[in-house]
Amino acid sequence: MSILVDKNTKVITQGITGKTALFHAKGALDYGTQMVGGTSPGKGGSQVEISLENGQTVSLPVFNTVEEAKAATGATASVIYVPPAFAADSILEAIDAGLELVICITEGIPVLDMVKVARYLEGKDTVLIGPNCPGVITPGECKIGIMPGYIHTPGHVGVVSRSGTLTYEAVHQLTTRGIGQSSAVGIGGDPVKGSEFIDILSKFNDDPNTYAVIMIGEIGGTAEEEAAEWIRDNMTKPVVGFIGGVTAPPGKRMGHAGAIISGGKGTAKEKIAKLEECGIKVAPTPSEMGSTLVSVLEERGILNKCTTH
Amino acid sequence: MNIHEYQGKQVLKAYGVAVPNGKVAYTVEEAVEAAKSLGSPVTVVKAQIHAGGRGKAGGVKVAKNLDEVRAYAQEILGKVLVTHQTGPEGKEVKRLLIEEGCDIRKEYYIGVVVDRDTGRVVLMASEEGGTEIEEVAAATPEKIFKEVVDPVLGLQVFQARKLAYAINIPNELINKAVQFMQALYTAFVEKDCSIAEINPLVVTGDGNVMALDAKLNFDSNALFRHKDIMELRDLDEENEKEIEASKYDLSYIALDGNIGCMVNGAGLAMATMDIIKYYGGDPANFLDVGGGATTEKVTEAFKIILSDEQVKGIFVNIFGGIMRCDVIADGVVEAAKQLGLTRPLVVRLEGTNVELGKKILAESGLNIVAADSMADGAQKIVSLVK
Repeated sequence: MSILVDKNTKVITQGITGKTALFHAKGALDYGTQMVGGTSPGKGGSQVEISLENGQTVSLPVFNTVEEAKAATGATASVIYVPPAFAADSILEAIDAGLELVICITEGIPVLDMVKVARYLEGKDTVLIGPNCPGVITPGECKIGIMPGYIHTPGHVGVVSRSGTLTYEAVHQLTTRGIGQSSAVGIGGDPVKGSEFIDILSKFNDDPNTYAVIMIGEIGGTAEEEAAEWIRDNMTKPVVGFIGGVTAPPGKRMGHAGAIISGGKGTAKEKIAKLEECGIKVAPTPSEMGSTLVSVLEERGILNKCTTH
Repeated sequence: MNIHEYQGKQVLKAYGVAVPNGKVAYTVEEAVEAAKSLGSPVTVVKAQIHAGGRGKAGGVKVAKNLDEVRAYAQEILGKVLVTHQTGPEGKEVKRLLIEEGCDIRKEYYIGVVVDRDTGRVVLMASEEGGTEIEEVAAATPEKIFKEVVDPVLGLQVFQARKLAYAINIPNELINKAVQFMQALYTAFVEKDCSIAEINPLVVTGDGNVMALDAKLNFDSNALFRHKDIMELRDLDEENEKEIEASKYDLSYIALDGNIGCMVNGAGLAMATMDIIKYYGGDPANFLDVGGGATTEKVTEAFKIILSDEQVKGIFVNIFGGIMRCDVIADGVVEAAKQLGLTRPLVVRLEGTNVELGKKILAESGLNIVAADSMADGAQKIVSLVK
């Protein structure tokens, strides 16, 4: 078990003929993901040849629309590497086609485009992850996105984060301590996005294979505070946190579109205080995300259960 | 991206938002000419910098005649204004807005933002105009009224009317206030603003509802579809190193410390600043080289960091995912050779091709201190710059 994706998940890549998309489609196939095709308007009916690390060559069908791709391949998920000016349209197309899961990696989508996407998503069953995110991985089964697959190990700790590289950092610290991961989800660094912390936490809470969770937040907005309250009221599994940006100056956008302290709101201090108030242990430095989790697993007596290798 | 008040007013005027007549002036002579052509009994001389709090800092003056316009223009042009938003170093005034004075009956506040919680555009209004809205929000949150806008419908008349009544706009001016808000919302959406703040919105003695100030901020991700707005960028208002970094698609923000940082990924870059501070050091910058950095990009990033004379040492922290450690190592070695490395350099590499990367650094013959983890690297650079 895991959340969002597993070895049976069939995925298509939207914009598959682009250089970045092809590079990551290959990465997904090398990892064992069931990448079954892609879209590229105007190139429907053609094939893309992808040479894998194991020497095999995979030929994927290309379609003009997501609807056709879904019908022909049976895909339930898509990943989007389309340039920012057209990415929102790609998300809308995937939602319209009724895909269960849409993962948008693209960084730099205009926020008002995402406001429209968020509105269209209301009442739909599609789960959107991102945009501006590394994607989702269930170690050993399915990798959709740009994360380095080899740092992950199958196991029982869930990771959810607003930052890509900090997710890798956390996963690496877990793997080197012998603790595998159930799934790792990057929800992305944009202010208006698909899934929020609570959406993912609730999936980890319901997943019998996940025993504990690391949540990595950063300055800007109040999603971490809301998640902290939700954890306090609903979560049956231990959660440890980390919040980036204690030293970030107010009013400056720290790389991610959503990482900004505005009007004195959204500081790391406030978030850390709220997490601790809700009983969530917060790693004092990013180097200690793994060790903080280990200490909590020990306290709860589940370190052995979480040690996978 | 920020623009000046006078530019913001021009943008809004094109959408039918009422603003006072005014002209921009770069010199004292232009200021006097502008006042002459406006011909209003009272003229306002306003410093144009990208920061609020100008009035309190002496950057806004009311002139009763042309001599006063000249005197105030002389006084304000070239002056360094220090406000709560400029930082202690302040900002030099290079442009003035010369505007007709108006008979203010009452001041209000109207703001438009993208609200992260609802994922929608929200209009905020308050009767407490002219003051810092953050202060109003902190002291008397009940005095701020909000309407969430459905992006499909746009701002509806009833919503604007509700806000206008809530902030006690005089009865006979409700319709004008509604028109004002709808025009403001349309401008916000069509120009991809991230913030539009009218503080104050005023009701005048002759029965007008107008924007006495205008602060517009644009979504930098959407500038590709607004060439007209991009032309309003004023490089004088931006940090030189940040401008240089943006040319190479590097995300750089200058800070006050003495440890230069080069990191991949925004989250890791922020966390790197934090861990330096945690071990008693002070970061000189935020710098995200991104996921697809090339040797050239890394070299440029190094140049920018080293051009800051306050920098006493550099910490490179890379978690290579897509970004390969050997590419970073090549870039670091290349930059160090080109620029000469006289300041301590600590490098922490992890991830794809890490062994190859470490080998490149070790065999370079350069004085590079290797670190095993973020914490190790942060402690090493902090002790080296002490």
